[in-house]
Amino acid sequence: MSEFTYGGEVRTMPDPDACSDAEWTDYVFNRASVPAVKREWWCHIASGYWFIVDRDTASDEIVATHGVDVLLAGDAK
Amino acid sequence: MFRQPEKLKDSYEVVIIGGGGHGLAAAYYLARDHGIRDVAVLEKGYIGGGNTGRNTTIIRSNYLTAEGVRFYDESVRLWQDLAQDFDLNLFYSTRGHFTLAHTDAAMRTSRWRAEVNKHLGIASEVVDAAQVKRMIPMIDLSCGGHAPIVGALYHGPGAIARHDAVAWGYGRGADRRGVEIHQNTEVTGIDLRDGAVAGVQTPRGPVRTRKLLCAVAGSTPRILAMIGLRCPIYIHPLQAMVSEPLKPWLDPIIVSGSLHVYVSQSARGELVMGASLDPYELHSTRSTLDFAESLSSHMLDLFPFLSEVKINRQWAGMADITPDFAPIMGTTPCEGFFLDAGWGTWGFKATPVCGKTMSHTVASGIDHPLITGFAWSRFARFELTGEKGAASVGH
Repeated sequence: MSEFTYGGEVRTMPDPDACSDAEWTDYVFNRASVPAVKREWWCHIASGYWFIVDRDTASDEIVATHGVDVLLAGDAK
Repeated sequence: MFRQPEKLKDSYEVVIIGGGGHGLAAAYYLARDHGIRDVAVLEKGYIGGGNTGRNTTIIRSNYLTAEGVRFYDESVRLWQDLAQDFDLNLFYSTRGHFTLAHTDAAMRTSRWRAEVNKHLGIASEVVDAAQVKRMIPMIDLSCGGHAPIVGALYHGPGAIARHDAVAWGYGRGADRRGVEIHQNTEVTGIDLRDGAVAGVQTPRGPVRTRKLLCAVAGSTPRILAMIGLRCPIYIHPLQAMVSEPLKPWLDPIIVSGSLHVYVSQSARGELVMGASLDPYELHSTRSTLDFAESLSSHMLDLFPFLSEVKINRQWAGMADITPDFAPIMGTTPCEGFFLDAGWGTWGFKATPVCGKTMSHTVASGIDHPLITGFAWSRFARFELTGEKGAASVGH
């Protein structure tokens, strides 16, 4: 696995000026950590290319990979 | 060793999810110290089959925060007379514990930890490279030339113990006092009434209870999801391996943060070795060749004479990882639901004190004073505990 590095799950930041303290705390600390197919950031170290992976966190199976444009297309969670 | 009750009762005063060391210790102290014997421990596999039987059995208290040091030191004290308490040989063996420093920065951290430890009355000191060599004659101080050892933090009370026996001892002690231990009994759902715990669902039928303790390293997020709570825990695999048995040559326990190695020699002569967490979230106990190769290579940096020694077994456990490397313990936003979680890579040594403090918390409904620094609510207050001495590697 040394060629790729994990960048964490894709998460949407709430507007810090508009959200409540509870929403902000939830965003900062809490995670979706029940095993499932999750959308994650990964980086190919050799080329410095960041991309998006849908990975099953129970079986470690990669279901799909995408360019970051998939997030801009409004498909992000 | 203990009874295997055929049927679950309709209700219990306390139900504990997880028959590992922590859950069984809590059951034991509930029965022994608090007179609460109407307790069921529900274990989805067999007792001690989770992280209790998968860790590398190191016991120490030279942590970095006052909260951590006080808590683990109480645990070390409890460990020392457990074998008497259980009438069972735990192979508790005080070995001394070296945290090797390969850089000036690591020496600075060692001094910091030693001063915090000494201030709180813990035996802990910084030693130089020559003293490391005197106490571990087989070590290559140059580490093959790429990570020379500058010195170490030495913690005399560092110890190892036989981990399965800890689960058996607590289990037997609890069983003799009336606690029921149900193996092969997975909790599949939690019933709430008006936001408070009312019972659990199992494949063997429902059980009513108003007090539920969750002590399920690696499965914590799944249990919390049953009551609709999100938590700051990620699951990462932690791998370990043992060598073939060798004649005794390594007395102390050795940790190197820079080389990502910890190692001790068991009573059977095997070298018990671990490294850092796997680098990404995964709910699996699979092993990797990557791990065995890199750990072996770092072992050879420290002890080149081991090059012909074979690896016998390799395995993994699932670790709850919190953002501040401190556990999450005590009461929760859900009434009647008590949590002993977030134990990452450092839960085994804390088994007795977790049992003690969680039994107090479950019996009284109020967090024990030793665990207030580990409260669920610390995240909402943005008051993290910052236990950088927790994981022995990777800082």
